[in-house]
Amino acid sequence: MTYPIKQQSRRISAEEKKIGKYIMTETLVKLGVDTVFGITGGAIIPFYDAIFDYRGKIRNILMRHEQGAAHAAEGYARVSGKPGICISTSGPGACNLVTGIADAYMDSTPIIGISGQVSTFLLGNDAFQETDMIGVTMPITKHNFQIRTPDKIAETLMKAYKIATEGRPGPVFIDVPKDSQTKTSNKPIPKNVEIRKPILEPSQESLLSAAKLIMDAERPLIISGGGVIISNASNEVKMLAETLQCPIATTLMGKGSFPETHPLSLGVLGMHGQEHANYAVINCDVLVAIGCRFSDRITGETKSFQEGKKIIHIDIDPAEIGKNVRADVAVIGDAKRCLAGLAKAIIKTGRKREFRHSEWNKKIRETKEIVESHHERDIKSGGLRQPFAIRTISELIRQKDIVCTGVGQHQMFSQLYMERTLPRTFISSGGAGTMGFGFPAAIGAKVAKPSVEVIDIDGDGSFQMTAQELAVCKEENIKVIPVIMNNGYLGMVRQWLETFHSKRYSAVHFSENPSFEKMAEAFRLPGITVTRKSELAEAFKRAYKNDETTIVDVLVEREASVWPMLPAGGTLKEIIKGNVVFRQTWEDVMKSRAQRGLK
Amino acid sequence: MRHTICILVNDEPGVMTRIAGLFARRGYNIETITVGKTHSPGTAKIVITVFGDDQTIEQIEKQVGKLIDTQKVYELKPDESVIRELCLVKVNVSGNKKKDEVIKYANVYKNKIVDITPKTVTLEIIGEPQKIDTFLELVKPYGILDMSRTGITGILRESPKQ
Repeated sequence: MTYPIKQQSRRISAEEKKIGKYIMTETLVKLGVDTVFGITGGAIIPFYDAIFDYRGKIRNILMRHEQGAAHAAEGYARVSGKPGICISTSGPGACNLVTGIADAYMDSTPIIGISGQVSTFLLGNDAFQETDMIGVTMPITKHNFQIRTPDKIAETLMKAYKIATEGRPGPVFIDVPKDSQTKTSNKPIPKNVEIRKPILEPSQESLLSAAKLIMDAERPLIISGGGVIISNASNEVKMLAETLQCPIATTLMGKGSFPETHPLSLGVLGMHGQEHANYAVINCDVLVAIGCRFSDRITGETKSFQEGKKIIHIDIDPAEIGKNVRADVAVIGDAKRCLAGLAKAIIKTGRKREFRHSEWNKKIRETKEIVESHHERDIKSGGLRQPFAIRTISELIRQKDIVCTGVGQHQMFSQLYMERTLPRTFISSGGAGTMGFGFPAAIGAKVAKPSVEVIDIDGDGSFQMTAQELAVCKEENIKVIPVIMNNGYLGMVRQWLETFHSKRYSAVHFSENPSFEKMAEAFRLPGITVTRKSELAEAFKRAYKNDETTIVDVLVEREASVWPMLPAGGTLKEIIKGNVVFRQTWEDVMKSRAQRGLK
Repeated sequence: MRHTICILVNDEPGVMTRIAGLFARRGYNIETITVGKTHSPGTAKIVITVFGDDQTIEQIEKQVGKLIDTQKVYELKPDESVIRELCLVKVNVSGNKKKDEVIKYANVYKNKIVDITPKTVTLEIIGEPQKIDTFLELVKPYGILDMSRTGITGILRESPKQ
């Protein structure tokens, strides 16, 4: 990509470097930032003026909507482990970042949002494009700052970087009034800034209690959550599972933290998780949860979730302990260190134990085999269905390639049928469930790791929420592969309406979807439409080999549903339409609830 | 159960909003809240009373502890701390001998009379909230015209454990 006006980078004088905008760019460079995702606008012009002089050091990827910038920053952060930076102007620009910031907050993703703001003397006057972004972002950030003097710029950016990444990561938002960007400061960029240190090292007693509990277990189960990926603790988790020969399920956020091809892997658990994984959760007697926050999507109704088991909760955030479910043993610290410590503590107990030949593992293995045979049947049977499409792609890509998803049925089908074995290769919006996440996140992921292919498994609903970023792919020559599971519906809601609302399809039908192939063409990118099962592999291979972003629009079976599923707020035993253990329908669940006097 | 929680925070603009916002967002009901400077510059102290079971209080302490501007959170347990509140109350004393009676009560309770007009007596009550409640009950029949309570502040008898 070339800039329309070719100008030589010029030397910036020492005097100029004291101007706020240059302090911003210089500090970012010192922090190791080389890429930002952003859109300019009135209140952030000075910063972008400085970026113009820093073109060789900081690449700005000019997104088409600030939501795209925030999601791209998330994708970048999730793949690289470094904070993703997204930039916007004040008011509407900053407000558009909000969805992405909220998403990052729910999924503990380190991003830093930097927005322009009206000049300090206008603050509070309802000036043009003024929005109280500190107020707006307060509940959805780990912390936020307003920089009212250029003296604070360097220090604040450095603090933000630390806050975003240290301990439990999360988004930080920085509001920079325009005059802070244009005024000068004589304060040098500090070498280091201090913030409160998180607890990383777990206590020995907690590790010993955990070890004892595990050793006394008859039916242990490990849940590996997103925290395992954040803390790069995959090897440690693997060692624990293998030493104990203990079955292990992951959350959606933890997908990839443990190889799904491993005999001990149960895949993803939860509302639309693997039947055998949920069976294991219900029936285990000791549950070791690592870096997971027991969201309602995995527990269902929490009281029955906790019944009959001891829970060991390993998390870096003390506030997660006991928030949703009780913890019999709480191990607070960084997952990697906790697991290393736990391994030692297990040795210290002087007991050797593994569950390879236990009745428990046998039962789980059998259940898993039956579930998988049903999956195979679902993949092979019928026409162009999502299980087939996703498994086909799963088999065509390399394990190091990255899969992003939007939110909805295709996401749940992906968690069931897309096999991932490496951490940071499955990027999805978990807690917030943000439709439109997948495509811009894929762009960010590709920027973070250009050496691999990035596939965005998306829905026609999700994709249309951020499809404008196709222009960025063309302009910046960023190649990703959006594969659209196109069923002409907001499919997940349609499934709910079918199951719980007697098929009253209110506001879920896209009767006039655009042609995504033509849409690609309009952005001067290739697109392929797949209408038949036999065409998919060829089409995907073409897209995979192409050196530019290629849309694969897969016209899938329209009214398919993701089974099994857990009715929201129900107990895990109320999972409907399973193949093996949970053969009940929603009507059966209603009947049994009525018998028990429940509504 | 009513609990009194003491929060040491960075004395920066917006900190009160962060704390209050967190309470509102997570559905914790604030009964009283007071804030003031401390002996160390840059640190302010917020004392909050809330209703909740032990589990809720634990969650509150942890959630508040996560805020970047929070330095320390601890509970002021009744047996380990001194709790005080200040109340200004304006009592209607128009009519026979009412003024004398109210002044007598005030003296018994060692409350300060801060203002007297022909028809009103304004008193300053300092003490534990229960003491204030009791006194207010006493003067209620005379007619309370206005009242300002500060909310609770408190201090541990010994320094909090690190």
